[in-house]
Amino acid sequence: MISLLRAEPRSDSLLDTSSTPDWPALFAELKQTAKDSRLQRFYQTPPAAGNTPVSQIEFVALDFETTGLNPEKDEIISIGLVPFSQQRIHCRGSAHWIVNPKRPLNEESVVIHGITHSDVEEAPDLLVILDQVLAALAGKIVVVHYKQIERQFMDKALQSRLGEGILFPVVDTLDIEAAVQRRACQGWLNRLKGKKPGSVRLGRARERYGLPAYQPHHALTDALATAELLQAQLAWHYSPDTPISEIWQ
Amino acid sequence: MEAEQLEVLNFISQYAPFDELPEEKLKEIALNTEVAYYRADSMILNNGDIIKDLYMIRSGVVEVYLRKGDKGELYNRLDTGAVFGQKGLLMNNKVRMPAKAIEDTLVYCIPDPLFKTLCDEFDHFADFMEWQDGTQLRNAISTRAEGNDLTTVKARKLLTREPVSLPPDASIQTAANLMAEENVTSVIVVRNPEDIEDEDTDILLGILTDRDLCIRVLANGIDTQTPVSEVMSADVVSLDYNAYVFEAMMMMLRYNLHHLPILKDKKPVGVIGMTDIVRYESQNSLLLVNSIYTCHTKEELASLSHQVKDCFVRMVDEDANAHMVGTAMSVIGRSFKQRLAELAEEELGAAPVPYCLVAMGSMARDEQLIVTDQDNALILDDSYDEALHGDYFKRFADFVCDGLNACGYAYCSGDIMCSNPKWRMTRAQWEACFAQWIDAPNPETLLNSSIFFDIDGVYGRLKWAEQLRGFVVRRARRNNRFLACMAHNAINRTPPLGFFKDFVMEKDGRHRNSINLKRRGTAPLADLVRVHALAVGSTARNSFERLDDIIAAGILPKGRAQDLRDAMELIYTVRIRHQALDIEQGEEPDNSVEPENMSDFERRNLKAAFQILSNAQSFIKFRYQRSHS
Repeated sequence: MISLLRAEPRSDSLLDTSSTPDWPALFAELKQTAKDSRLQRFYQTPPAAGNTPVSQIEFVALDFETTGLNPEKDEIISIGLVPFSQQRIHCRGSAHWIVNPKRPLNEESVVIHGITHSDVEEAPDLLVILDQVLAALAGKIVVVHYKQIERQFMDKALQSRLGEGILFPVVDTLDIEAAVQRRACQGWLNRLKGKKPGSVRLGRARERYGLPAYQPHHALTDALATAELLQAQLAWHYSPDTPISEIWQ
Repeated sequence: MEAEQLEVLNFISQYAPFDELPEEKLKEIALNTEVAYYRADSMILNNGDIIKDLYMIRSGVVEVYLRKGDKGELYNRLDTGAVFGQKGLLMNNKVRMPAKAIEDTLVYCIPDPLFKTLCDEFDHFADFMEWQDGTQLRNAISTRAEGNDLTTVKARKLLTREPVSLPPDASIQTAANLMAEENVTSVIVVRNPEDIEDEDTDILLGILTDRDLCIRVLANGIDTQTPVSEVMSADVVSLDYNAYVFEAMMMMLRYNLHHLPILKDKKPVGVIGMTDIVRYESQNSLLLVNSIYTCHTKEELASLSHQVKDCFVRMVDEDANAHMVGTAMSVIGRSFKQRLAELAEEELGAAPVPYCLVAMGSMARDEQLIVTDQDNALILDDSYDEALHGDYFKRFADFVCDGLNACGYAYCSGDIMCSNPKWRMTRAQWEACFAQWIDAPNPETLLNSSIFFDIDGVYGRLKWAEQLRGFVVRRARRNNRFLACMAHNAINRTPPLGFFKDFVMEKDGRHRNSINLKRRGTAPLADLVRVHALAVGSTARNSFERLDDIIAAGILPKGRAQDLRDAMELIYTVRIRHQALDIEQGEEPDNSVEPENMSDFERRNLKAAFQILSNAQSFIKFRYQRSHS
């Protein structure tokens, strides 16, 4: 009976980051192997070491709007980013670009992100603004909500334009939220009650932390929303001394 | 590559004082804002910390304390759109009031240099940030008052020239010549300077109009060399130069006058003619008062009562201020009472002894609004004999009180009405009664004092009411114990702490979803003002006028009386507006408001007004202490 009542053992860390590479070391390697000068420059500034406390990390929240969800076929149409730390989000460094996907927009996606044919027609190709984007990300830990989108779309976009892809460390607020939800449903009592993990969509996750509802599907606003969500998650689930290696991927 | 955060920009621009800033400034703010998240129960600002930003709550709830940490006294509870930290920024960038998130809170931080620039460039922004001393409230009120000339213009503004005057011994011929020369339709007759003994001597003796020349002089064949004093109208109805145009209109209607002399400290400063007024005539309250006097039965009067509400709503729509609405509603209420008294006399015959029908409470203070019951009493001549005259005044009182009830002025729940034999007394009995209340107060008489000491004659020997008021002021003023008791009584009803989301915060941390603005706002304010007014010997009836006397007497710290005036104006304004809204929506108006029905303006300023009331209540405790000697 005693053993039944004892709390479920918890692993200290919410996320399993055992397969995360040693990013500073990997950057040093990539700097040598990258062929494009822009990528070489990007890898020149390594991210913080894995044992750096989250309170000292420079983050940058990144969000893309895309023509669809398949990185093999679809393209980026807008990019929003906001630099921040565990303490403060700096609107001053915010940036937003619309880029030309070089392919027709389908109607459903236009409805979602509100970016129209005429908006993208006059927009530059991603390659034109790539330097600015990479400069804003350099040396920082990228924060996204659902890492597959930003990582894969960025990688594919560069592969098709430069002939080589890109790698960078990310913190995924969706993964953190999913882990938090899973943990909240652990334990025999919760299983008995049939407790189900809550939604981990950006808006729903923010609600749980008392964060306000924002107009979704604007890359800059979503980046801000993601930055705020990570601040909230850090405030609730992590100490300021937590090493970044516990949450990066 | 800089990009504005649209969410930040849109949010900031919705809330004061940012909502009045130009687009360019708002963009600059949005661009420089920093965002920070605080989980529930975490400190945002600690006492003595360096503060580098103005904080604005994007979402969540923050408590601000007067002293250290969360053990300090709760000063305010703030939610979405509110700012904090301004005091620290204005005082050497040290945190003066610690702040704590009591729900998960997202704040926007506006950097100090930008905050200081905004204060320098925009007066309204700087004023807003200094709201703790009442500046913000005053601004809000004066901004509102600017737009509505019509209802706030004082009668003296209509005066275009010095009065044309004559001594009493001047001949009628001289008067006629003077009127022709000066192109006026009336002359006033004033006492010769050598006959003026002291400042209490009436200077204005009478008025002579072109109509008088026709009817009294020509029609009667009177010699034009006769002194004007023999044909002028003595007992002139006049008005103080501080009165509003509106009051002038009411008076001229009531007495069917075409010329109204305006006095400043007994000295005539001009005459207002009906034509001067016509330009300003727009309120149907004038017509209503006129209709009241043409009614011949109680039933006719009762059928007019629904027009009181229309009139009220119309005044609110015309942006009348609180003093104006209060005066108009009181004048209308008085007119009903006067007409009922006249009708009672028609039905019952003339009164066997002289009397004065008096109004008390809000009507006597000219602060009546739409939801009100009747508070009245009768002062009877000392020759009154219960056995002989008792029956007449009982029937008279019932006639008036029943009539008022039929006209929408509900019976007083405390039975403070002249239909209650207890409140029909002779002049000597009233004085003895008031003397006892002042000399030996008990909880019941203190409550009575706060009602009966606001007394105003409505019909009959109006002077008696004034004399009784003078008696109270003289007696109460030198009685410290009584003042201390009244002060104690005045702080029984406290204002709520403020508004918070959709409910009202009580001092003890509980909440309600509506607040009675009369019981928790205007009534305690009037109580407070009455105590100070008694202490300085003011005979004014209206709270705003009492405050003028209190300011003149200088018994309050500088600026406090002005703050009280602003707080009173604001609370009345909100009360009035919400009653008008109720009426327009076809609901029964009351004195309660629900925070969710308040505008951002009202919520913010009511908070400030309640704070002022609360401070004033703390002050009055110390100002009037019972002497134990």
